[in-house]
Amino acid sequence: MHTQSDVVARLCGVVKRYGSLTALDGVDLVLQRGELLAVLGPNGAGKSTSISLLLGLIQPDQGRAELFGMDPVQIDARRRIGVMLQSAMLPLTLRVGELLRLVSSYYPDPRPLEESAALAGVSDLLKRPYGKLSGGQQRRVQFALALCGRPELLFLDEPTVGMDIDARRKLWAAMRALVAEGCSIVLTTHYLEEAEALAQRVVVMAKGRVLSDGSVDALRAQVPLTQIRCVTDMDAGVISNWPHVAGAERDGSRIRISTSAAENVLRRLLDADASLSELEVQRASLADAFTALTDETIEQEAA
Amino acid sequence: MNSVSLPAARAASHSNAMSTSRLIGVYLAEARSECIRYMRAPAFMVPIMLLPTMFYLLFGVVMAKSEGADAARYLLVSYGVFGVMSPGLFGFGVSLALERDGGLLTYKRALPMPPGAYLLGKMLMAMAAAAVVIVLLLIMGLALGHLALSVQQMGLLLLTGTLGVLPFCALGMLVGTLIKGQGAPGMLNLIYLPMSFLSGLWVPITMLPKVLQQFAPIWPSYHLHQIGLVAVGLQHGGVLEHVAVLLGFAAAFFIAAVRRLRRYG
Repeated sequence: MHTQSDVVARLCGVVKRYGSLTALDGVDLVLQRGELLAVLGPNGAGKSTSISLLLGLIQPDQGRAELFGMDPVQIDARRRIGVMLQSAMLPLTLRVGELLRLVSSYYPDPRPLEESAALAGVSDLLKRPYGKLSGGQQRRVQFALALCGRPELLFLDEPTVGMDIDARRKLWAAMRALVAEGCSIVLTTHYLEEAEALAQRVVVMAKGRVLSDGSVDALRAQVPLTQIRCVTDMDAGVISNWPHVAGAERDGSRIRISTSAAENVLRRLLDADASLSELEVQRASLADAFTALTDETIEQEAA
Repeated sequence: MNSVSLPAARAASHSNAMSTSRLIGVYLAEARSECIRYMRAPAFMVPIMLLPTMFYLLFGVVMAKSEGADAARYLLVSYGVFGVMSPGLFGFGVSLALERDGGLLTYKRALPMPPGAYLLGKMLMAMAAAAVVIVLLLIMGLALGHLALSVQQMGLLLLTGTLGVLPFCALGMLVGTLIKGQGAPGMLNLIYLPMSFLSGLWVPITMLPKVLQQFAPIWPSYHLHQIGLVAVGLQHGGVLEHVAVLLGFAAAFFIAAVRRLRRYG
């Protein structure tokens, strides 16, 4: 039921230059209500610039940035968003509860303090000064501050950096709960497994452009290769000449084969070596797809 | 990607207006946080409190015992003004410079915080710190210096200090928008200390070379000093001219600073 009125944020043909450097080169991006969008890309791809435009921190040189159909500079637009930035030194001497109360005061209809704290898992930290917390705890507090205003749209810039696995999983669960409430989330991350675990949609950026925009499966499908690994005595050179085999190499007692037709290759492999063991078949991971996609652009740029 | 849905998106955006009482709440919450935050930071509060009180103790109480009541009153005003300048310059200027550098300002600009609340919070914090400095000096003067001041004079001096911090807030703010991060304290000291000396806060202005005496009125601290002297009854005559000069300084610094903040964040 995505009607056009469900658009919560949008970049339209946005160009942003810093001197001679073009940070964004004609970026289009639309975010629907209730969607969790992961923005991936190497450093300098334009992720942070895109977020800054949507937060009204900078102005586009060309094109348009919109939040809820408004210019993000308008405070009314920003009353509907929550923000977690990558590097924000919050006042170290304020207690967590005081920070939460302060940021909640900016919003028309904030969550009760206890609810915000519970959602972000910081209920036990409310009386502690922010400066005395560990890096992971500080990130959780920042997450609590991002969601305390009952936002319709949440910007999370590298939210799980510095968190241990347990804390990261809790944060993922909280993000899923927010999406279930109808909140949209824009997530930038370096952890591809994070995007894979959470995102309905993944946008890959490089060199200021959007390279790919679609579901996690669609992104993965851009790299149609499957990895086969097994222990066998067969010669890697021979296998690499088989039809549908993109490459085969030996890694100790194992052979690793990349193929676009795993079923055919597997059948032939099992026929050829009856003593074959420890067979593993794995679809291309998001990381493979991401690497293939961004490497390609960088090579094109170099050529 | 289609992007022709502007009117529809606008229609869907329901009213998110803040009620007036909630809006006032933002200003209060911001001011409260700013005050608590610095009152809890000894690295900020101790130098602001210690420098003028130590100077006053040494030159105004210990060494001025024989000089009479007028000298003690004069020095109270001098070190009062000296003490009031620093929460303005450092409280406002250094914190802005550091917050621009550390990303807190960017974060707050991304949040739906009215920019005025941020500035007003820092202003009130500086005013509170200035008031504390004056009160400390008054207590010292009364307890140790056998200062003879009427309640009205003390009240006027407190008012002078509390409001007098504002032009220095504006100057600190301007420096804070020009210099990012750790460079700001050094730069502000380069303004603070010479300005204090040249406007006659360390040694009475009549003891400075003639040329410096003539140039003294270009410093805002000179004018605040004059108002302070009137407040404690050491000088008679109008203060309006000095107030107007200080307002002019404050407005000029503030406008320049806001322009820079708008453009560079």
